[in-house]
Amino acid sequence: MAEKYDLQEREVWDGNFAASQALRQAQVDVVAAYPITPSTPIVENYGSYVANGYIDGEFVMVESEHGAMSGCVGASAAGGRVATATSSQGFALMTEVLYQASGMRLPIVLTVVNRALASPLNVRGDHSDMYLGRDSGWIQLDCFNAQEAYDMTLCAFKIGENHDVRLPVMVHQDGFITSHTAQNVYPLRDEVAYGFVGEFKPVDDMLDFSRPVTYGAQTEEDWHFEHKARQHKALMDSRSIIDDVLAQFKEISGREYKRVESYMMEDAEVAIVALGTTVETCIVAARELRKEEGIKAGVVAPRCFRPFPFDKIRDALGNVKAIACLDRSSPGGAMGALFNEVSAAIYTTDARPLVTNFVYGLGGRDFSIAEAKRIFKEQKAHADAGKITTDIQQFSGLRGPHLGFFQTKRS
Amino acid sequence: MAATSIKNLKEFSTSNDRFEGAHTLCPGCAHSMIVRELMNCTDDNLVIATNTGCLEVSTAVYPFTSWDTSWIHIGFENAATAAAGAEAMYKARKRKGSLKDNDAPVKFVAFGGDGSTYDIGFQWLSGAVERGHDFTYICLDNENYANTGGQRSSATPIGATTTTAQAGSHSYGKKEKKKDMIAIMAAHGAPYVAQLAPNKWKSMAKGFQKALETEGPCFINTVSACCTEWKFDPKDTIGITDLATDSLIFPIYEIIDGHELNILYRPKNVIKVEDYLAAQGRYKHLFKPEYKHIIELIQKDVDDKWNMLQRREEARI
Repeated sequence: MAEKYDLQEREVWDGNFAASQALRQAQVDVVAAYPITPSTPIVENYGSYVANGYIDGEFVMVESEHGAMSGCVGASAAGGRVATATSSQGFALMTEVLYQASGMRLPIVLTVVNRALASPLNVRGDHSDMYLGRDSGWIQLDCFNAQEAYDMTLCAFKIGENHDVRLPVMVHQDGFITSHTAQNVYPLRDEVAYGFVGEFKPVDDMLDFSRPVTYGAQTEEDWHFEHKARQHKALMDSRSIIDDVLAQFKEISGREYKRVESYMMEDAEVAIVALGTTVETCIVAARELRKEEGIKAGVVAPRCFRPFPFDKIRDALGNVKAIACLDRSSPGGAMGALFNEVSAAIYTTDARPLVTNFVYGLGGRDFSIAEAKRIFKEQKAHADAGKITTDIQQFSGLRGPHLGFFQTKRS
Repeated sequence: MAATSIKNLKEFSTSNDRFEGAHTLCPGCAHSMIVRELMNCTDDNLVIATNTGCLEVSTAVYPFTSWDTSWIHIGFENAATAAAGAEAMYKARKRKGSLKDNDAPVKFVAFGGDGSTYDIGFQWLSGAVERGHDFTYICLDNENYANTGGQRSSATPIGATTTTAQAGSHSYGKKEKKKDMIAIMAAHGAPYVAQLAPNKWKSMAKGFQKALETEGPCFINTVSACCTEWKFDPKDTIGITDLATDSLIFPIYEIIDGHELNILYRPKNVIKVEDYLAAQGRYKHLFKPEYKHIIELIQKDVDDKWNMLQRREEARI
């Protein structure tokens, strides 16, 4: 039995500590991990909980992130609760195994502390690693602060381990801004948190020898397509279960989360769509702009990045005139992913608001309230003109001359 | 626990049949003999992890499986880590009492070819052994990347021709000598390391049992003659393996706790390396006069290695 851990009703935790407390309360059986900045404290803390008896689990410090996810796959197939953490290059190194974990339908929880991808080497937060994972078949939940890093990590176990889901789940928080900034966090009591997550109930347990299982079979053109289609369907079908879990979480915590979060959108004329800590920056900007200049600004943020909430995004943005989609990842010769996905969703509406794309904040470049206001105002100008008056894709906060691409052909 | 009824080969080969005969390995491939022997030498429950390679692609093609026990394949390089992860979960769940049968003994085994063991999965194997997981890693060493069509590995011997180290008018094939994985794994401090061969099935079964019963990470390199890439008649697999062990190109020995070396097979009549090489198409070019010196070099290396092994055995170092 695990030792009792003393918690206050209100704690001052950074995002890493918050996530590791969720791992402790979920009583994770195995963490196989390799340290990388800025996510390292999450697994260090798990190790200290094991060392001090707060968790009765196994802490396996492997030799690389590829090994970390490989160990998690082996452990998860052996029928228990598994989690790990990573960032950036570590995420990139484990990418091969991310696909294998989801293909084997193993409900591993991966707390990702978002950080830029080299080269050039950079330890600061952007969403390059998060975007790298977007086709890997994992559910991806996005957090904007430390409280959410704690809350979503608890929800992640309950979502992924649901027998109608059986998918791995990533919980994303922004490197340093969330992971290393201490904030007020209101934790649940241990028994409430564990009662919410529940006992792990294995499916296809490798350690049940009365029913041998084969994991990781080969399929070629005869069956591969059907397997991948079922995996996609499982992701799509997980939407209602995610909604259920978030509703149950509200009952025990009083904190309400949705797959798409909307702020001041009831009467919004212009909107920003963003992920991570930028959401809170944009909320402050919108609030101030409403007061200062009467601009009806609102913010929309996918809490659930995968499965992408196509319909909810459409519903949230259907009545605005102009939208800026903010992508914190170098798009590598394309429009940003958020821009593409949001545009696709709203293209199926009658209104078809004007949409532009901002690439911003790469490698931890600060994104200020002033810049968010400037972007809102630019959207207001588009809305008033009835068309996009700037380049469709622009770089925000970049040194040197303006960088932008493509102009509208819509009159 | 060791299987109780290892009396004769016929009985042994059919007992406790957890590896089904239905698979798509080449006729004459030694892999299935080695795998069957491992699974027949114990009555304990087995969790088996397998790297991508000939064994994996031939035994788990959906919707079929040859494995009547728990089996997992992740990727090319990480069977050792898959076994390690499963072993960690076993420990955690045993403590909590959440296993279906909390008392039945379980053994963890990883299989890899020489490609995944010597090359692409080397780091994962090294890490798992260093961490001391209680598992046995068995390398099915056929000295090339057979599953992808016979490319060189770092287990390919000098002088063999492969598709990526070809013999030709200006080349005698692979230029580099084989990596000594047994020494490398012994240097990890693994409690049991051995090189075994399926023609010496009794010593192989005994070695497997020793590894399974030894607590901690054990490594066994097994000689797996590959008729397809070594180029010999599929009916001659055991005959070729006899030439391999009797020419001492594959000496059979174990190393306990990294220092106690025991030779497990001493041929009554040691044959010349030339006879082993001549039986395989992959060495055919070495018999041209201009490459005679390579055969001499191989013989000298084999003699030197055998001397070294005998001296280590005698000195107990």
